Amino acid sequence: MKLNINGKSVDVTADPDMPLLWALRDVLGLTGTKFGCGAGFCGACTVQLDGEPVRGCQTPVSAVGTAKITTIEGLSASAWGRKLQDAWLALDVPQCGYCQAGQLLAAEALLRTTPKPTDADIDAAMSGNICRCATYTRIRAAIKQAAAA
Amino acid sequence: MKASRRDILKAGVLAGGGLSLGLQFAGGAKASVPGALSAFVIIDPTGSIRITAHQPEIGQGVRTSFPMMIAEELDVDWAQVTVVPAPGNRQVYGVQLAGGSSATPTQFERMRRLGAGARAMLVQAAANKWGVPAGEITTCSAMLHHKASGRSARYADMAEAAASIAPPKPESLTLKDPAQFRILGTRIGGVDNRALVTGKPLFGIDTRLPGMVYAAFAKSPVFGGKLKSANRAAALAVPGVKGLINVAERRDLKTQIDVGLPGIEVLPEGIAVLATSTWAALKGRDALAAVWEGGDAAFQSTTAWEAAAAKAFKDGPQKPGYMNHGNAPAKMATAAKKVTADYSYPFLAHAALEPINATAHVTGDKAELWLSTQTPEDARRMVALALGLKVENVTIHLMRSGGGFGRRLMNDFAVEAAVIAKAAGVPVKLQWDRAQDFAHDWLRPGGWHKLEAGLDEKGDIIAWHDHFVSFGADGALNPTAVIDGSLFPSGVIKDFRADVTVLPIASTLGWLRAPINNAFAFVTQGFIDDCAIAAGRDPLEYRRAVLGTPRAIPIAEEFSGETGEAMRGTPYNTGRMRGVLDKAAEMAGWGRKLPPCRGLGIAFHFSHLGYFANVVEASVAGDGSVKVHHVWVAADIGKHIVNLSGAENQVQGSVIDALGAALGQRITFAEGAVEQKNYGDFHLARMDMAPAVDVAFLSTDYPTTGLGEPAYPSLAPALAGAIYQATGKRLRTLPLDTSQLTA
Repeated sequence: MKLNINGKSVDVTADPDMPLLWALRDVLGLTGTKFGCGAGFCGACTVQLDGEPVRGCQTPVSAVGTAKITTIEGLSASAWGRKLQDAWLALDVPQCGYCQAGQLLAAEALLRTTPKPTDADIDAAMSGNICRCATYTRIRAAIKQAAAA
Repeated sequence: MKASRRDILKAGVLAGGGLSLGLQFAGGAKASVPGALSAFVIIDPTGSIRITAHQPEIGQGVRTSFPMMIAEELDVDWAQVTVVPAPGNRQVYGVQLAGGSSATPTQFERMRRLGAGARAMLVQAAANKWGVPAGEITTCSAMLHHKASGRSARYADMAEAAASIAPPKPESLTLKDPAQFRILGTRIGGVDNRALVTGKPLFGIDTRLPGMVYAAFAKSPVFGGKLKSANRAAALAVPGVKGLINVAERRDLKTQIDVGLPGIEVLPEGIAVLATSTWAALKGRDALAAVWEGGDAAFQSTTAWEAAAAKAFKDGPQKPGYMNHGNAPAKMATAAKKVTADYSYPFLAHAALEPINATAHVTGDKAELWLSTQTPEDARRMVALALGLKVENVTIHLMRSGGGFGRRLMNDFAVEAAVIAKAAGVPVKLQWDRAQDFAHDWLRPGGWHKLEAGLDEKGDIIAWHDHFVSFGADGALNPTAVIDGSLFPSGVIKDFRADVTVLPIASTLGWLRAPINNAFAFVTQGFIDDCAIAAGRDPLEYRRAVLGTPRAIPIAEEFSGETGEAMRGTPYNTGRMRGVLDKAAEMAGWGRKLPPCRGLGIAFHFSHLGYFANVVEASVAGDGSVKVHHVWVAADIGKHIVNLSGAENQVQGSVIDALGAALGQRITFAEGAVEQKNYGDFHLARMDMAPAVDVAFLSTDYPTTGLGEPAYPSLAPALAGAIYQATGKRLRTLPLDTSQLTA
């Protein structure tokens, strides 16, 4: 099947039931999208389909169709994505860093629809993404900094 | 893996070149590449300055903070530095261990001297070339200057000559006056941050090798359980499954190296499923529908343990007088008032976000592993033992860990992967799923405390008695469940007695962020509040009285070091604790008037050489739900903060992590197995729970110490104190059962 990943059409040979997470990581070698819980609890596998954040571990690859997939490897193509990456670096957000790809994809979707998010907006958009190191203070600050950039 | 990273790894592992700083400082030899001044400092003739980060990175920021120490004394600009990874190799790099918040206190001086030594070699090379005294040469930003003759050179120009100079003796080196620091104490972003925000492969789980297969391992959820039946044909029928490997149980692999516990207890029996993807491997494992029976841990049940603890409290301890400082019973008999309370806390899982995995390739008499581990040398030796290989024939590629929290001090997963890869004959990436991560963790043990304090007429504590019930084997407490002289109130309260009852457990127990302390702080600080309230006194003022005059209290000899953590056996300095207590209270505006149903709580704790106090502001809604609005933390970890940005991040993260644990984390057992399967029944802190966390570091004239752990323990008791102030209800069991707070 063909998938549109980060603006490129890619041929993928995978079981139709295989979650997008594993197709990205194991079949295509795009390991930036992370396996965390495999059950939709943690958001480490967050990618965007046509700009909407989804759980890669809960999305069968056959369900993607022609939707445009954005992963962390393609985040820099978005203006909001670049602002977020800059803010993430400026505020030194990560600790272990494992969740940050999912956090950034969720944050980019938030800012695109809500360019000046309130704390409540950030809570609502980001609470599906666990940071086991609990860098939430800086994730919140970095989203606000990107919004102001 | 990208080729460039592998090339760097190869360069780092090359040994040779005779005597070097690497040998003198690290016990090994420097890399035989041009411009290698030691195994840690390579000044490329092109001008790039490469500094080796040898410590395991698990999120504590050590891949940044350690190179900062070297760069400071090397006298280069941070922007000139490229940080390169190191493989696990103790002979070359010395101790590589992410545990016990030990890296900074044990290696701060050594890292600085590595930088100063490399600088001295460059200075000597310039002195030789220019024919001037080395003492007249100054350095700055990777440049050498001789003012009198007006000569200057880049480090790069002198690197080749410097590399052939005998390294100076460490004790001969003069370190910088801290007033001259240009890197240490500033805010430096993590060296891998750009790779992280662009999704580059860094973690063990990101490893990809030519010809690699993916593996999942079916094993008993009950520790020591045996395979009764499995549907192998169904597993082999799953598309993508390539084969099955039977793994036999082994109990001969226990090795204890650096962490006070064996890094593997048992290699469990089971069936490894090899497949073309992780998903197919996991699906094949599920298709096995393996049935297990028996197991050492089959008797385990949280309900039964709770009943056993209650019975011990009723009938009396197994080991009365396990600890006796002073004469608590006599003092208790003279008390004007007695206070009693029962406290308890659950088993906890580490639940690191990167699920346990390991990649291994075994060929002939050699093994190569790619690991997210906190103890690469332990992994190396355990794999050598398991496969019957020479230690030097086992190569560990030390990958970034997606969280450690103590789980990756153990290397059971490395042994599993190595054994499976040897049988497979091709590179294998073994992947546990989240349920296995919970089922086969090395848990923080639960415990129960029945406390009694005697107060004098003023309400001050004159005697403290604790009946401590926790876990172990053969009647002895597990090393992760000790009560000893290094723990408050020992020493601070002179008349202190602890009785002990040991409940049997077969499942693996381990170290979890601020081990022991993460449980005891809740108990001891909560009980101080109980005593303060019984005495009708303010919790802050009462704590000042408990600490008393500033003094250093030696830890009781007979108990220090029982856990193998010599670092914990230091004096307890009540003055340093008073300093952070007062600072946290000042930051929070302790004593100010609050709206109804809102409260402040305060607590202090010493662990891992760090003095911490925090104040929590929380409110309780009518439905009992608790909202933490703000936390103020004061910390004393000595003279220097290595990286202010990383340091604040560690403290804020520790506090919010501890908040998540206090409100939502509990591991329970039924029929021998862990009941929790995923984050849906073991709740980590999330964004909507995270309060503002203000952090202040007091600079005191003591050695610089670590920060991965000591901010964690004092959060839970301060939260319980805030809830009490808001509601008048004291919760003494973790996780806090907020349903008891409904109006």
